[in-house]
Amino acid sequence: MYSEKVMDHFSNPRNVGELPDANAVGKVGNPKCGDIMKMMMRIENDVIADVKFKTFGCGAAVATSSMATELVKGRTVTEALALTNKAVAEALDGLPPVKMHCSVLAEEAIKSAISDYYLRQGIDPVPIVGCNVDCEHCH
Amino acid sequence: MFVYSDNAATMPLSREAFEAMLPFLRDNFGNASSVYGVAREAARALHGAREDVARALGAKPEEIYFTGGGTESDNWALKGAAEARRARGRHIVTTAIEHHAVLHTAEYLGRQGCEITLLPVDERGLVSPEQVRDALRPDTALVSVMLANNEIGTIEPIREIAAVTRAHGALFHTDAVQAVGHIPVDVTELGVDLLSLAGHKFGGPKGVGALYIRKGVRLPPLLHGGGHERGLRSGTENVAGAVGLAAALTRAVQTLPETMALVAARRARVIDGLSRIPFSLLTGDPVRRLPGNISFVFEAVEGESLVLGLDMVGVCASSGSACSSGSLDPSHVLLAIGLPHEVAHGSLRLTISENNTEEEIDYLIEQVTNIVARSRRMSPLWNEETQSPTERFWPQGVPASL
Repeated sequence: MYSEKVMDHFSNPRNVGELPDANAVGKVGNPKCGDIMKMMMRIENDVIADVKFKTFGCGAAVATSSMATELVKGRTVTEALALTNKAVAEALDGLPPVKMHCSVLAEEAIKSAISDYYLRQGIDPVPIVGCNVDCEHCH
Repeated sequence: MFVYSDNAATMPLSREAFEAMLPFLRDNFGNASSVYGVAREAARALHGAREDVARALGAKPEEIYFTGGGTESDNWALKGAAEARRARGRHIVTTAIEHHAVLHTAEYLGRQGCEITLLPVDERGLVSPEQVRDALRPDTALVSVMLANNEIGTIEPIREIAAVTRAHGALFHTDAVQAVGHIPVDVTELGVDLLSLAGHKFGGPKGVGALYIRKGVRLPPLLHGGGHERGLRSGTENVAGAVGLAAALTRAVQTLPETMALVAARRARVIDGLSRIPFSLLTGDPVRRLPGNISFVFEAVEGESLVLGLDMVGVCASSGSACSSGSLDPSHVLLAIGLPHEVAHGSLRLTISENNTEEEIDYLIEQVTNIVARSRRMSPLWNEETQSPTERFWPQGVPASL
């Protein structure tokens, strides 16, 4: 059911762990639904200099988190905000239909971290990022 | 190392079943309903298979009906009993932890006008005869309670529940798919009217099962046609399948006491090993339990990623997490025994058999311990420094054993 790429990112997740000097932290998902993604970034001069994640969830949740960090690392904030869940899924050579929500969660985790980055600077993130933070729903 | 520890999902075909089936897949291809030589041989073999299955279950050969598997047997039992007892009433009693083959059939009957009572279970997954007695009504047509649960391995007090039900005059069905071939199952001793079993759960082939229908109980035909299976389940008989099922069951029953002791001892070793993992909880009843069933929940991890992680090291297991089923909710069984959603997502089921060696048991314990630790290292719900969950999700209080 999973592509080789998904299994590769699940078996050898990229950028997993803590980022003590992060200046952008986002957490999305709900343990009740079975997945939580925590995305930590260090943003320097509008560029995502480093990124780490921690994920509680299924194989697809781990793989999409891993792939999302690879796709945004070294990119500008604007580029990271343009990342769609479809792009994450495509980069993994596709996901089973029931697992597409994991890619949505990955996109939301990136946006949630960037929102946090703006909030820390006293900037309202909603006009830039849109509303996707703290939405208490089971996707 | 490769360790197959998902025997409740299916088992490999036993050598006895394979050998018994071969002639009917090659030379003796005859239609058991025809009159010439190869057909007579097929008919004789089918008759022998029916006798063997009957003997293994303490039934009479004419009470055994071969079907296409456990799901088909369950469907027939429920829909058939509902129709047969329609004049008496349309109330059906079953439990919250049944297999979907029973639950979804009951839901279907509910949409057809039956009234369904779903009995809750206690924290070990047990239903009591008193609960059943209290649920019975004058219009109760059928009670269906599984003999042993497929996820947590709990063995229900079927003899007592069947007695209560039959004293009341309702029909009693048990889904014994997980039990037959693994613990002693005697229909007379249990006092059931209907019992479902599936061949591949005890080393027989897939695609064949049986329904025991006690003599005197009349069910409407499941399939209309040429009148096979005493006119109740038409369709050219799956001779090789029936012969394979019978051979596997005969072997399982002959070696049952030794197998049970061996498997239960190895199960105890795994349970002991996995209980050493911090923040782990054995689910199901520790004593009234299928010999091969080991089911746990581990806090702060998700079950499907455990199963995938175990697959990377050659271990086949399963989980009742939502992600494993493709739905948002974790298994109905784990919720029924009172586990919070957050904890139920971290479930893992290993089902061992006599084929698992002592070395494999050591490997299982070692690898599950490793994979749980690996998943926890990447979990935002786990504090690696303190080796404890960042959050607990037990609104009713943390179980004493945790």
